[in-house]
Amino acid sequence: MAEEVKLFRTWSSPFALRIVWALKIKGIEYETIFEDLSDKSPSLLQYNPAHKKIPVLVHSGKPIAESYVILEYIDETWKETPLLPEDPYERAMARFWAKFGDDKVLTSIVWGVFIKEGKEQEEAMVEAMKNLWFLEEELRGKKFFGGERIGFVDLALGWLANLINILEDVAGQKIVDEDKFPLLSAWMKDFANSPIIKDNWPPRVQMIAKFRALRDAKLAAAASSK
Amino acid sequence: MGDEIILLDFWPSMFGMRVRLALAEKGLKYEYKEEDLRNKSPLLLEMNPVHKQIPVLIHNGKPICESLIIVQYIDEVWHDKSPLLPSDPYQRAQARFWADYVDKKLYGLGRKVWSTKGEEQETAKKEFIECLKLLEGELGEKPYFGGEKIGFVDVALVTFSCWFYAYESCGNFSIEAECPKLIAWTKRCKEKESVSSSLEDPHKVHGFVMGMRKRFGIE
Repeated sequence: MAEEVKLFRTWSSPFALRIVWALKIKGIEYETIFEDLSDKSPSLLQYNPAHKKIPVLVHSGKPIAESYVILEYIDETWKETPLLPEDPYERAMARFWAKFGDDKVLTSIVWGVFIKEGKEQEEAMVEAMKNLWFLEEELRGKKFFGGERIGFVDLALGWLANLINILEDVAGQKIVDEDKFPLLSAWMKDFANSPIIKDNWPPRVQMIAKFRALRDAKLAAAASSK
Repeated sequence: MGDEIILLDFWPSMFGMRVRLALAEKGLKYEYKEEDLRNKSPLLLEMNPVHKQIPVLIHNGKPICESLIIVQYIDEVWHDKSPLLPSDPYQRAQARFWADYVDKKLYGLGRKVWSTKGEEQETAKKEFIECLKLLEGELGEKPYFGGEKIGFVDVALVTFSCWFYAYESCGNFSIEAECPKLIAWTKRCKEKESVSSSLEDPHKVHGFVMGMRKRFGIE
């Protein structure tokens, strides 16, 4: 009996993209259901009542939500091309850097630097640079965060490889300077151009429009609350 | 050769208590080091340079940070005794999901309950109870979230229970009235030596919270 795998996602979510990459890297066949988050489907609300968010993976009718939970489920269920290392300490480190990516790096760049300007943006940049520096250090001696090949942390941080450039264009602000972050910059290029990864980025024109609208809205809101 | 285990912790931290509980469940001996978070030790800054937070587990000299990551590490290294995560991948995913839910929701809302007033506090109380009710629903008729024995979600959530008295006192509400099954579950957990020895006295926690409120000028 064929196992049925469905992925509920949006066209632009970096969290959902991690799942697309993992499924494709492992050669798992799946069906995509695109959600409009302003008009969520009854299925989504049924499959993820706690958060009502995407991504949600549904495997043989059973839903799993939260991107890192889904990634670990995929890794444990389809064991070829493992994403997490075998050693418990290395696994703990991988989970740590993935969490750091979402909690600190993403937050400080998108909700810090990107939606601000002037002095506020300068202050946010200091925090963002500190976070990026930890990633630069973590890459020392490695091609990918996973070592010789792409692993869990690469998928977790992979959004950087595409989104940074878009944010820099829209905000007119350099975020990952090649001189300051040579290893991270090299990783971004290597990851973005890797097989499977390079064929699955969301369309750039739409991403630029989306993030321009986001920045404009946030700056307007900030201005009107002063 | 024995394992050297050190835990850098701060006594009222419900996150630190999770690690104490996991270590107790596995019957592991360790050295407990109390941190003064207003004067962090060189060891803490060296072992957790990224966040400079507790808890940090140091196993044979190597640090692991973030409480749920530490608990999973402990479960994987000492996998022969009292497993906290189930073996089935789908059950594991459900356990990870609910532990993550506790992390994403409860701390922030609980903090608002004890540190805010008026409408902000009322909103936080309402959402806090909604989260506990959802968790209560997930528990269902099982004795523990882990089924017949305590598991990952029990470890993630039960340490918040010694903060309930402080939340109730600051927010002027009763968690037991709203979530009786969840409170029954906390009592059931505390019958275990590993749990009761890892949780702090709710009155002591309440005293700590009162001190924090004074420091932040909330009255």
